[in-house]
Amino acid sequence: MKSKLKSLATLYVTFLKIGAFMFGGGYSMLPLLSRELVVRHGWITEETLLDYFAIAQCMPGAIAINTATLVGNQRDGVLGGAAALLGVITIPMALIVAVAASLMQFWHLPLVASAFAGIRVAVAALITAALINLIRTNVKNVLGIVLCVFAFIVVAVFGQSPILVVLAAAVTGLVAGRVKR
Amino acid sequence: MTLLILFWEFFQTGLFAIGGGLATLPFLQKILERYPDWFGSLHVADVVAIAESTPGPIAVNAASFAGYYAAGVPGALAATFAVVLPSFIIASLVSRALEQYRNSRLIQSAFGALRPTVAGLIAAAGWVVLRTALFSAEIGAGGLLAAIEWKSVALFAVLLVLLHLPKVKSIHPVVYIIAGGAAGLLLGL
Repeated sequence: MKSKLKSLATLYVTFLKIGAFMFGGGYSMLPLLSRELVVRHGWITEETLLDYFAIAQCMPGAIAINTATLVGNQRDGVLGGAAALLGVITIPMALIVAVAASLMQFWHLPLVASAFAGIRVAVAALITAALINLIRTNVKNVLGIVLCVFAFIVVAVFGQSPILVVLAAAVTGLVAGRVKR
Repeated sequence: MTLLILFWEFFQTGLFAIGGGLATLPFLQKILERYPDWFGSLHVADVVAIAESTPGPIAVNAASFAGYYAAGVPGALAATFAVVLPSFIIASLVSRALEQYRNSRLIQSAFGALRPTVAGLIAAAGWVVLRTALFSAEIGAGGLLAAIEWKSVALFAVLLVLLHLPKVKSIHPVVYIIAGGAAGLLLGL
């Protein structure tokens, strides 16, 4: 009982640290995870970590959240998954609340409005650059082009919910997989 | 009631935003559109800027920020827990059968179609971000062309070129966000 609690606490604290230093998601956090989970604690091997990462990308939600839950689960079952997950979100959530609370006080100032007008341009550039990469790596055949354009039109032009599009795409993929076989 | 709606909306976001990172964007966009009273003058680009400037996954940061904006600390908690709950449930369910899950033909073929679709969804949300960033708020009688903010377009072009230079590309997004803010102040955007 006591050792179980200790093990959960170690999971929580380890992922608390990971959450605090996790800037820029995706592959950029692999070195951080590897240092903590493989080198420091020896909980998993480098290969397992890469496997988890690959599986985490085939699940809904953020890759970091999925990886944390998978690692925690392998060590201590569902409770371990919960400890790791709570650890990884604690500091990001607390920081965001602090930033939002202070930002709200200054939101109405003209200087803040100017800065955010520039920030929005920077975000637009970041999203455009990310999109170019995303389309290059993920849209590779005719079906891909059709799905990508269809998703854009349904949401951007007709203002429909992205949920419907995701469901339709999943069904299309399943049917296409069937037909291929 | 606000908390329940926040929970439900962000639960759906967590469930359907596949691929992590920017995949959250189209869902967030929809939530901001659907409940304008909660979010006031908040744009989806503002949420992305805050999320990219703090540690943690974009989905979690965005949920905390929007939740706090809508309903204070309880809102932040409700939205954040809701957005990670689907991941927690699914990862717990498959953790004992990871290999079967990964090699499942069904999962593989579903994801084959989901990846290009998610790119299209992000493009749709990106279009809204571009519109708010590069055009003035009111698109009047002169049409789209008359509403273009040329200073913003110039800044956008410079940043986009920088983002494609091999050495500059890997610089952290927060640097671009800070540079954008400074440029906004200098140019009086």
